[in-house]
Amino acid sequence: MQDRYFIPFTEEMKKEYTILIPNMLPIHFKLIMSILSTDGFKTELLETSNAQIPEIGLKYTHNDTCYPAVLVIGQFLEALQSGRYDPHKVALIMFQTGGGCRASNYISLIRKALAKAGFDYVPVISFSLHGIEKHPGFKLSVKLLHGMMYAILYADLLMSLNNQVRPYEINKGESEKLCAQWTKKLGHELGTQRISYKKIKKNYAEIVKSFAAIPIKKEDRVKVGVVGEIFVKYSPLANNDLERFLISEGAEVVVPGLYDFCLFFVYNYMMEPKLYRKKVYLYPLWKILYKFLCNKKEDLSRAIRAHSNFDTATPFDHVAHMAEDLIHHAVKMGEGWLLTAEMVELAESGCGNIVCTQPFGCLPNHICGKGMMKPIKELKPDVNIVAIDYDAGASRVNQENRLKLMLANAKKLKAEQKN
Amino acid sequence: MSKKLTLGIDIGSTTTKLVLMENDKVVYEKYQRHLSQVRQTTLEMLLALQKEHPVDRLAVAVSGSAGMGMAEAAGLSFVQEVYATAEVVNRLAPDTGAVIELGGEDAKVIFFRGGIDERMNGSCAGGTGAFIDQMAVLLNMTVDEMDAESLKATRIYPIASRCGVFAKTDIQPLLNQGASKADIAMSIYQAVVNQTITGLIQGRKIVGKVMFLGGPLYYCEGLRRRFYKTLELTEDRAIFPEYALYAVAMGAAMYATDAKELAFDELVSRIEESARNEKKRSDRLPPLFESEEEYAEFCARHEKATVAQTDITTYSGKAWLGIDCGSTTTKLALIAEDKSLLYTYYNSNKGNPVKLVKEQLEIIYDLCGDRITICGSSVTGYGEDLIKHAFHIDEGLVETIAHYTAAKHFQPDVDFIIDIGGQDMKCFRIRNGAIDSILLNEACSSGCGSFIETFARAMGYEIAEFAKLGLKAKAPVNLGSRCTVFMNSSVKQSQKDGASVEDISAGLSASIVKNALYKVIRATSPEELGKHVVVQGGTFYNDAVLRSFEKELGTTVIRPSVAGLMGAYGAALHVMKSEQSTILTPEALKTFKHDSTSAICKGCANHCHLTINKFSDGGRFISGNQCQKALGIDKAEEIPNMFKWKRDFFESLKPQEGGKRGKIGLPMALSMYEFAPLWHKLFTTLGFEVHFSALSNRATYEKGQFTIPSDTACYPAKIMHGHMEELMEKGLDVLFYPGLTYNIDEGAGNNHYNCPVVAYYAELLNGNMEELQKVRFLFPYLSLDSEKQLVATLLPALQQIDKSISKSETKKAVRAAFAYYEQYKKELRQAGADALAFAKEHGKRVMILAGRPYHVDPEICHGIDKLATSLGFVVVTEDTVAHLAPVQYVKVLDQWTFHARLYRAAAFACENENVELVQLVSFGCGVDAITTDEIRSILEAKHKHYTQIKIDEITNLGAVKIRLRSLLGALEERG
Repeated sequence: MQDRYFIPFTEEMKKEYTILIPNMLPIHFKLIMSILSTDGFKTELLETSNAQIPEIGLKYTHNDTCYPAVLVIGQFLEALQSGRYDPHKVALIMFQTGGGCRASNYISLIRKALAKAGFDYVPVISFSLHGIEKHPGFKLSVKLLHGMMYAILYADLLMSLNNQVRPYEINKGESEKLCAQWTKKLGHELGTQRISYKKIKKNYAEIVKSFAAIPIKKEDRVKVGVVGEIFVKYSPLANNDLERFLISEGAEVVVPGLYDFCLFFVYNYMMEPKLYRKKVYLYPLWKILYKFLCNKKEDLSRAIRAHSNFDTATPFDHVAHMAEDLIHHAVKMGEGWLLTAEMVELAESGCGNIVCTQPFGCLPNHICGKGMMKPIKELKPDVNIVAIDYDAGASRVNQENRLKLMLANAKKLKAEQKN
Repeated sequence: MSKKLTLGIDIGSTTTKLVLMENDKVVYEKYQRHLSQVRQTTLEMLLALQKEHPVDRLAVAVSGSAGMGMAEAAGLSFVQEVYATAEVVNRLAPDTGAVIELGGEDAKVIFFRGGIDERMNGSCAGGTGAFIDQMAVLLNMTVDEMDAESLKATRIYPIASRCGVFAKTDIQPLLNQGASKADIAMSIYQAVVNQTITGLIQGRKIVGKVMFLGGPLYYCEGLRRRFYKTLELTEDRAIFPEYALYAVAMGAAMYATDAKELAFDELVSRIEESARNEKKRSDRLPPLFESEEEYAEFCARHEKATVAQTDITTYSGKAWLGIDCGSTTTKLALIAEDKSLLYTYYNSNKGNPVKLVKEQLEIIYDLCGDRITICGSSVTGYGEDLIKHAFHIDEGLVETIAHYTAAKHFQPDVDFIIDIGGQDMKCFRIRNGAIDSILLNEACSSGCGSFIETFARAMGYEIAEFAKLGLKAKAPVNLGSRCTVFMNSSVKQSQKDGASVEDISAGLSASIVKNALYKVIRATSPEELGKHVVVQGGTFYNDAVLRSFEKELGTTVIRPSVAGLMGAYGAALHVMKSEQSTILTPEALKTFKHDSTSAICKGCANHCHLTINKFSDGGRFISGNQCQKALGIDKAEEIPNMFKWKRDFFESLKPQEGGKRGKIGLPMALSMYEFAPLWHKLFTTLGFEVHFSALSNRATYEKGQFTIPSDTACYPAKIMHGHMEELMEKGLDVLFYPGLTYNIDEGAGNNHYNCPVVAYYAELLNGNMEELQKVRFLFPYLSLDSEKQLVATLLPALQQIDKSISKSETKKAVRAAFAYYEQYKKELRQAGADALAFAKEHGKRVMILAGRPYHVDPEICHGIDKLATSLGFVVVTEDTVAHLAPVQYVKVLDQWTFHARLYRAAAFACENENVELVQLVSFGCGVDAITTDEIRSILEAKHKHYTQIKIDEITNLGAVKIRLRSLLGALEERG
């Protein structure tokens, strides 16, 4: 059934339209944009962040809708109304996860909001592996997907290393700067050169070495993991600059990467035939893909271990089985079982201080986030989790006060463990 | 041992506390309300300290949510308040098992046994001390008076405990019905206790002694008693230390031992300077007026919409009386033959509208003398029924009609009316001289009007003065458009950032307007409202609100001079055709007396809490009833009600005794309201004795409230816990509630999902209800796509219960189960068809009370179905009619089975003239944020009314009744 407001993104549009991308994960999205440029797309990442964005969002969408939708709609409309773009030469793209969470409706909500604001002619592309809609001018080829996989791996690597170096660097800003340099360099490569895995592995090594070379002063910081609803977890616009706040309060931040979230989908596709005894023959095919993708992540971890003392991410297949006793793998809406598993994984890898972020009223997080805290605590008594709700009306003081409580306990726990 | 002085400064949301300690001994303590002047108060208190107890050098630590910014800016060490409390208790009372601390805006619980665990309320449950303050204002009492009163209480009314706004919505009608203040006060305390239990204790067992801390628990004896009682604490297990008020400050002082010492003068100068360093965080809006001229033009324009006054002391002739007994205020208007005003009254009803109306009638009769005859009287508003019965008023009028009548007087071509009163916002669109659609606010945006007043008073201003200040604001603060609880904390934050009273006043006005426009009306441009907009309601007397409205909308509107009296004025206009009034005569009024008592209705399992009002003439008026039974009338029963049909059907699913495979228990909640027939047949065929939990009531919820981990989940989910408890109490040790990512595929959408809560709630139950570990709780993930798949997914679970269950047996049972489910659907649809036929035959209107299957639960729908039948509607459900309309092409992703039914039911309403759709939405239902807009647009495209009723724990039907009666009124007017 086709959406009534559906405007296809045509071949012609591809030539002259600029595709605007909402800001969630700057490094990741910049690299993905480079991949898209190899296929002739013009893209632009919206890096706006002002108080008007949620205001506009609230004006054009139902106020009980989840906060990420409010922000994305606000950001798009702010851009369209700003006069910075010719609205007739612009398309929007939204990453859509699909599934039974209401987040799968973001695209429809964006279109409704556009119509309400008088931009019903602006095409909205849903970027989804489910292939929910067909756009003649926007097709995901295997080649594009292949490139994006490396874009995400690169970005996860940069994000992780930056998180590990930034709080300790002696020359403030050095790590961020290096991160930006690499993003630029890798973007250029991905956008212009043929993908060669040999070259990529060499880059991994170079990246790790360059971060390891940054002079640091090893301070005694508590490690704090950030998990939660994907948009709120990553986007500083949505989480009131959570990472920066945590670092300023003396923490080192650990954020699980985007690649795991992609693997989560592949894993669920793989398991679905087994779970519901439906098209069981698909299982081995998915399994091959799953193994292939897991190995790619392991190559990256190997590079880190070979060239540095930085922490590496736990293999996904291991993470996947960590919360098996707490929550079933059939729980796949939103971040599903992965959210619970990530919390257990963090606790297991010595980072039991966790911020679980969600938009106010997030449905899957009632189950996978807040609903699992008691069982996690029983499994890992030392775990120190705080759940923070984000939305347009939530007070920042309230949020920061709760974070401070978590941090105070984290520091106390650390001191106790030392003695 | 060297003498080290340490100072703890605790700045909470309302007060500042200082504690000076010498080693481990307290040498000085003091507290003071800071009225949001955080730094100034702290400085004053420091100087007072210095006078009384001269200090040279000391170490300092700050704590408290309002102290965070100051500590940062002044470079002082900061300790989080819960952490500080834990330190103190650990040191001074190590045998404490748990601490319950209620502050101005926060609630905290700390557990000490079995691993320290510190919890704070989430953002939604904000406001405990502030909540009690607000409630006291509502009862027109001081907090002390309210507390004293609460000790005399004899009964507890259920009051929603989810948040302050909801509770207020429950309390207001109780007041209007004449419930005693003592009982309400105690019920308020019980709501606070329940909120603490569901929000913070969440199923964790309290072992050992419980320590109570914080202002509200310190001052309110009644509140402490409710805690003792609910937690079943004996005297020796409840501790109330003398340092209750100062615990946080003491904790900070102890924490300061590790801080660097500094000179007292330096401390003072650092705090002084911090004012300059502090980061400004809140964002600002443009001023309301750019210039004096603009303001003059505004004033002149609004002076035009006035009503003439006639002197009541000289007038002689006929007169008509209109009474608007609203949620917080009572209004009266007496009008002359030329529609001019003879007498008006507008005041807070101070919790007792009957007394107030009586006084006013006496005044009016005195003024009238023999010259003026009251020829007719009319009453509208929340208290309509009560006042009508008490004073024998001629007619009761639906609010919407009263307001429209009045608005028409000022602007005959009016096409949009917005009324913002104390509690409610009402908007009506007029088309072709009739009310075309009615929009009322949800509980979440209620109380905006009274909030601004309460807030003004708390800051020491009268509302008129406060409004005037807003007009001069240079940079109004942006407070967002969430509920008043959120607004409250946003205001607090802006105060910390140094916002002026002017800026706050204007900011509050803008917030209320945004609430009305974007949440209630959902409009983005003036065109959507029409050319002639009339604004009214007491809140619009506030020029800052009026101006904000015009600014936000970008157009001018009409505000009648009697904006706050429009209901009363309209009622009086409406009754002008009357020649002779039934209203109590001056003589009868002299002997008039009113008494109210409470009782519990035993008419059915609902056990409604009734308030019985007795009047001196022998008249009685009963309120609080959900159906007509309490009144001794049973006529509502005759009208077909598919909610009742479904409940009866589910209750008829009885266990077949002597099942060879033993007993199995299934909770009657969430998806069970769809699949009970299927599972019942399946397990019965397999030889199980199938027991369902009973339909819910309030006690069901309370039974399970201790293990709810996420307070913001919907009520139908939270009530699940009680059902599980009930099954275990019955001694059932095999329980079943399947995981259903996918619902049944009715081929009506892109997919056939369940929402995450319905699909996966079993996971949460399993993880949070410890008792479930003692029984066998099965929640296999099943596929209902085909018999084959159900067999394949179900068999492993069945064999966990009993290894002897074979595949062929399961096949047979699954086949029988699907067949029975189909039969149920057939019977349901037949019964629905009969109901529709009945409506046609008897000329009745049909109401599709559309929601989810589980909304038929009596505790979840709160008897709205019965209310609808009592108004003469034949009630059907969405699944009774969905199959009669084609699959809908909607603008959103239509991928949930239950929601696809809603769209089709809406289409069915569009095709049938006598059919209306009313959507039930559970608070917290994220998916309905998507469906409601869609359903509204399906209906409105065919000029159908869209009515939405948001339901939660709230049991009071006052607002719902007004809504349904408005709908009925509008339908009747349309003809």
